[in-house]
Amino acid sequence: MSFEIAVARRLGSAQIALDLRAGPGLTALFGPSGAGKTSILNMVAGLLRPDRGRIAVAGETLFDSAAGIDCPPERRRAGYVFQDARLFPHRRVRDNLLYGWRLAAPAHRWMTLDEATGFLGIAPLLDRWPRTLSGGEAQRVAIGRALLSGPRFLLMDEPLAALDMPRRAEIMAVIARIRDELGLPILYVSHDRAEVDRLASQVVTLG
Amino acid sequence: MTPEEWEIIALSLKVSGVAVLLTLPVAFALAWLLARGRFPGKLLLDALVHLPLVLPPVVTGWLLLLAFGPHGPAGRLLADWFGVTLLFRWPGAALAAAIMALPLMVRAMRLSIEAVDRRLEQAARTLGASPAHVLRTVSLPLAMPGLIAGAVLGFARSIGEFGATITFVSNVPGETRTIPLAIYSALQVPGQESAVTRLALIAVLLSLAALVASEWLARRTGAGRGGHVL
Repeated sequence: MSFEIAVARRLGSAQIALDLRAGPGLTALFGPSGAGKTSILNMVAGLLRPDRGRIAVAGETLFDSAAGIDCPPERRRAGYVFQDARLFPHRRVRDNLLYGWRLAAPAHRWMTLDEATGFLGIAPLLDRWPRTLSGGEAQRVAIGRALLSGPRFLLMDEPLAALDMPRRAEIMAVIARIRDELGLPILYVSHDRAEVDRLASQVVTLG
Repeated sequence: MTPEEWEIIALSLKVSGVAVLLTLPVAFALAWLLARGRFPGKLLLDALVHLPLVLPPVVTGWLLLLAFGPHGPAGRLLADWFGVTLLFRWPGAALAAAIMALPLMVRAMRLSIEAVDRRLEQAARTLGASPAHVLRTVSLPLAMPGLIAGAVLGFARSIGEFGATITFVSNVPGETRTIPLAIYSALQVPGQESAVTRLALIAVLLSLAALVASEWLARRTGAGRGGHVL
């Protein structure tokens, strides 16, 4: 199993609960806005603590309330791609890309800067500041930054939502290639049916 | 400019410089606590930090005198353990300036810390950064223009400090007579108008220089994303 997630968490008046077992490939969490999809990703990343439950990815337990396991986010090796790219505004593209790469243990790195920029077509952007990038460019850099941190799995939170139509198709092709060529398990949040149909190996509906 | 006036300027710079360096880590810690912390008594701490801003400076000076005077608890401690007394001495002036500058520094720093996008910090965590590394590589650089603004504001406030200083450590030439105290002294003596003018001009120039320097520093640290102090 790639993802084994059984969690519950109260957020304000809403109760988020999910029981999911997903195989390899891209697993889409599909559902309307406000169904708690992003909260699920945050729990898997370690940014939000479930009230109870268990989270394991590729056989490794990241959280288990019964066993008292709660691995901090920096040790979960999650490649998280946010809806808004969240590039560091005070670092050029190159330093954004290398932020996680420099922190990763050499044995955990499986991509070089050259490979990432080639794969994503962002070599010409390396010396730019994030604020000068278009939405599509910023999202490519954010994906590259996540891949370069040597992740064991990817979390993607509506990575196409902030983009216009042509850019969407472009980034969707990139994600399809990540799914097929890199073989990383991906947990992908979306509320767009077409996106999910095109990308998902497995769909879990929420809400 | 007479040698005495140069000495006054040097003393002012020393007192204010030491005051700001002393306050910087304390102000940052307090600003961080007030911006990010959630604990009982936060409102009280906030009020205490701001007290020197709203108290008459002479009262702050008197409270310092009570605490650090020869019979005050802090004063006795310093005397017994380190053989140090602050009264009538320049470190006392620096302490008075530091206390008076603290609220301004904390305010500026707190605002800049609150403006740091915590979602960027989260992104850094998922990329493998420990909380300490996030602080060093994301939070601090993003808050830097505000931290510099706070330090400069504190420095300018220290240069101008008068009431608490004269109450706490008096007006001793060469020891606690900083620019404002020297101007005050000169005003008490007929025929010192030119000295007053010179010292007042120096005060204006120092304040302007601090502001320009801070703007320049903020531009440098904010390179590429346009950070401003002014």
